[in-house]
Amino acid sequence: MRTLRALMQIGLIVGILGPLLGHAQQPALHVNEREVYEVAAQLRCVVCQNLSVADSPSEMANQMRAIIRERLATGDRPPQIIEYFVEKYGEWVLLSPRPRGFTLLVWVAPFVAVTLGLALVAVRLRRWTRGRPTRASMTRPAIEASMSERIRRELETEP
Amino acid sequence: MRRGWRWLLPLSAIPVLALLAYGFRLSPRDIPSPLVGKPAAPFALQTFDGRPVSLDSLRGQVVVVNFWASWCYPACYEEAPVLERGWREYRERGVVVLGVDIQDKTEAAEKFIRDFGLTFPNAPDPAGKVSVDFGVYGVPETFFVDRRGRIRAKHVGAVTDRVLREQLDRLLAESS
Amino acid sequence: MTPEIGAGAVMVALLLALYGSVAAAAGASTGRTSLLLSAQHAALGVFLLVTAALGLLVYAFLTFDFSVRYVATNTNLGTPFYYRITAVWGALEGSIVLWAWMLALYTLIVVVRHRQNARELYPWVLAVMLGVLAFFLLVMAGPAPVFQRMIPVPNDGRGLNPLLEDTGMITHPVCLYLGFTGFTVPFAFAVAALATGRVGDTWIALTRRWTLVAWYFLSLGLLIGGWWSYHVLGWGGYWAWDPVENAAFMPWLTGTAFLHSVMIQERRRMLKLWNISLVVLTFSLTLFGTFLTRSGVIASVHAFTQGSIGAFFLGFLALVVLTSLALIAWRWDALRAQGELDSVVSRESAFLLNNVFLVASAFTVFFGTVFPLLAEAVRGEKVSVGAPFFNLVNLPLFLALIFLMGVGPLIAWRRASLENLRRNFLAPVVIGIAAAALFRVAGTASALTLLTFGLTVFTATTLGVDFTRATRARLRMGERLGAAMGGLLIRHNRRYGGFVVHIGILVIALGVMGSHAWSVQTETTLKRGETTELAGYKVRFDGLAARQESNHFKVVGTFTVSNHRPNLAVLHPSKKFYPQEQAPIAGVDYRLGLTEDVYLVLGDFARDGSHATIKLQINRLVSWIWVGGVIITLGTVLAILPERRRAG
Repeated sequence: MRTLRALMQIGLIVGILGPLLGHAQQPALHVNEREVYEVAAQLRCVVCQNLSVADSPSEMANQMRAIIRERLATGDRPPQIIEYFVEKYGEWVLLSPRPRGFTLLVWVAPFVAVTLGLALVAVRLRRWTRGRPTRASMTRPAIEASMSERIRRELETEP
Repeated sequence: MRRGWRWLLPLSAIPVLALLAYGFRLSPRDIPSPLVGKPAAPFALQTFDGRPVSLDSLRGQVVVVNFWASWCYPACYEEAPVLERGWREYRERGVVVLGVDIQDKTEAAEKFIRDFGLTFPNAPDPAGKVSVDFGVYGVPETFFVDRRGRIRAKHVGAVTDRVLREQLDRLLAESS
Repeated sequence: MTPEIGAGAVMVALLLALYGSVAAAAGASTGRTSLLLSAQHAALGVFLLVTAALGLLVYAFLTFDFSVRYVATNTNLGTPFYYRITAVWGALEGSIVLWAWMLALYTLIVVVRHRQNARELYPWVLAVMLGVLAFFLLVMAGPAPVFQRMIPVPNDGRGLNPLLEDTGMITHPVCLYLGFTGFTVPFAFAVAALATGRVGDTWIALTRRWTLVAWYFLSLGLLIGGWWSYHVLGWGGYWAWDPVENAAFMPWLTGTAFLHSVMIQERRRMLKLWNISLVVLTFSLTLFGTFLTRSGVIASVHAFTQGSIGAFFLGFLALVVLTSLALIAWRWDALRAQGELDSVVSRESAFLLNNVFLVASAFTVFFGTVFPLLAEAVRGEKVSVGAPFFNLVNLPLFLALIFLMGVGPLIAWRRASLENLRRNFLAPVVIGIAAAALFRVAGTASALTLLTFGLTVFTATTLGVDFTRATRARLRMGERLGAAMGGLLIRHNRRYGGFVVHIGILVIALGVMGSHAWSVQTETTLKRGETTELAGYKVRFDGLAARQESNHFKVVGTFTVSNHRPNLAVLHPSKKFYPQEQAPIAGVDYRLGLTEDVYLVLGDFARDGSHATIKLQINRLVSWIWVGGVIITLGTVLAILPERRRAG
């Protein structure tokens, strides 16, 4: 699922990782850093509290990003890479639950809440505005047009 | 609204409070591993002594894969002697204890091995691939792999003599 | 002696608070003023005792008194002076002391301010305030004792969590707690209103400033938390939807809803039930927040410790929620007076919608935060609900709120005629659409960004239109420009204070939009002397240096940043190795700008300084978030001034 971060325009810098801790690897395909970021942003950094693999400065996250980069370079598509991590860590590693099964509930609940709220407001409004205009027109005294215009303007700009 | 309905308001709070109370019985860091029962991912590492070790080469033996780090105090420090004892006791019975050192510096790791006098093979996992392959999210974590190469149990936290013995006896009792 | 004196003070304070609460309640129900006076004295006594306890704690920290266990675990001989003071609230036990002290202070202020002007409600208010205070003192005396003796007395302490060694630590918890505890006062008044049956407008009029002050401190606390996250934690963001961030955000949302809906009750005497429920909800959420932070029920950046303290908080939360809701049910009939509206298209409706979206957002955040618990309870599954979810689901709600911010202040009360709508909104709508179109032409492709920008411009224009029109009216009456504008602000300070706050929110919205839409980042390894480039900036790795600080070992990198200007800045991101911490702490360095921040994090490095891995970010418009905070401050100050009908 597209997240807000997926909308970032990221400059293309080819990061060829140099030898780190004795581990050297040349990516076979030209890997787009943005793709690494997009995949990493969906995964939860497993040693952090609530950060994504993309954001976390921890070493574990570094290593996970390197794995993502490597897999993208060998031709794996993002959904496959995500599946790989889910296979190893369980659904928990996804930062945002998949909208299927029980976890669909968390996606649906907000919409239900808003709909209920709006419905409640609509019902209330209907009850509160019932019968108003006729009563008002009966009791409103006759007022000069210009005076009524001024009164109305006054009411509208009232703080 | 009839008189009774209003009491729905305080009553509706009870399920939420109950859910929060339930939360006490859980540990948020206790993540069950989806790998238990599945074949362990193959790996090929080089120990600190320079010898190669791979999962394939250990087929037919019960393998205890223990993930640790020299900075993991106090848990890794508590379990190192336990593992060493277990290794000495069970090595003749077809058990291999393999330590995998993650996110660590070589000298610190080698010092750790020296300080505890560990004689079982220990290998670094420099890129973290093996730790991710095993779904490791902290140290120490210990995996018990049976003779056919399946992960049969995962223990999070320092392993104890009793846990080691229970798992190894169970897996050794199975035929290959 | 210190631990014993401190513990003793806490114990006496607890007993006094309990006594005072009961006495005030008894005085309220029997009408005997002697009881009430006695309770007032108890309140004063509690304040003095808690102040003494806090003072004692600060003194213990400043003098390295390691006989107090809390001091030994949170500081060591190397901790710098000012962090020794902030360490007082750096861990669980001390944070409760701070909370209790603020509550005691607020109680005293309530006594001084309201014993004359709120005769009927005041006794119950005092009873509730002292009751809540008693609870926190109970926690201090029981599960979270801050004055425990350490035996044997160590030579050196463990040290403060290095992430807390930051100026944010000085202000963030203080502001947040001032906000949280501040909401106790409107809550106490609401309970008093329910207890006495005076559920009309009195309690609202009396608590207007309290609510505004509490809301402001909560807003400030949230913003400072974001700033701290941004410049210390090294991940380049300011908000992660961490459960504890959510815990502070939820009462902010409902508190904002409450701030607005009371205006409807003031004008139209409607929504009594809703307002009382909102304030109960807001206070309950502050308790929920403190429960989350301290119970370890949900894993989070902030989680202090586990233990029985969670049970205490949950128990108190249950008591508060069930009692308040039962009181509401009891007074249901008085609260459900008939309301009347002239038209669906009116300011009342706009405010109602505002409430719907704010409370819906609070619900969403709540549900998302506890959902992992629910999933485990029902299905035994472990799931995560994190930033992508919250961002996605809250976005439409926030956009709707921005739109309503533009509609609300200008649409007429009671009934908005077509003429009124045209006059007030035609120009802003046109300008909003034009601005979005301009943006599109300038290159922005994302529909979301365009929508956000257009709505923000629309709302800003409505505010501008209103202010201009009102100024012009005054100019026509012969005033000069400065006097006209100043006079408007002062005479209608509530309205225009609100406007300024809204502008602050808009600026923050633009900052959030910019940082999400246009920030870029990269990760790369550089050899010494090598340069990397991103978004027009060049960053060159110059070298590493290492040195020993008072309580940690620090490796600092030197990087030169240039754009079209060579040597724009030299940044020093670092890695600090604290002996008591397992992993090194990344020290970020950055160059802030009004539209762009250059943000650098040091990753791995070679021992000999030959290469270093860095994460480089160019973050756009993040500074607008902090600027928005300043604007909100100005607006709040304006709104809180006493009404002056005759001035200007």
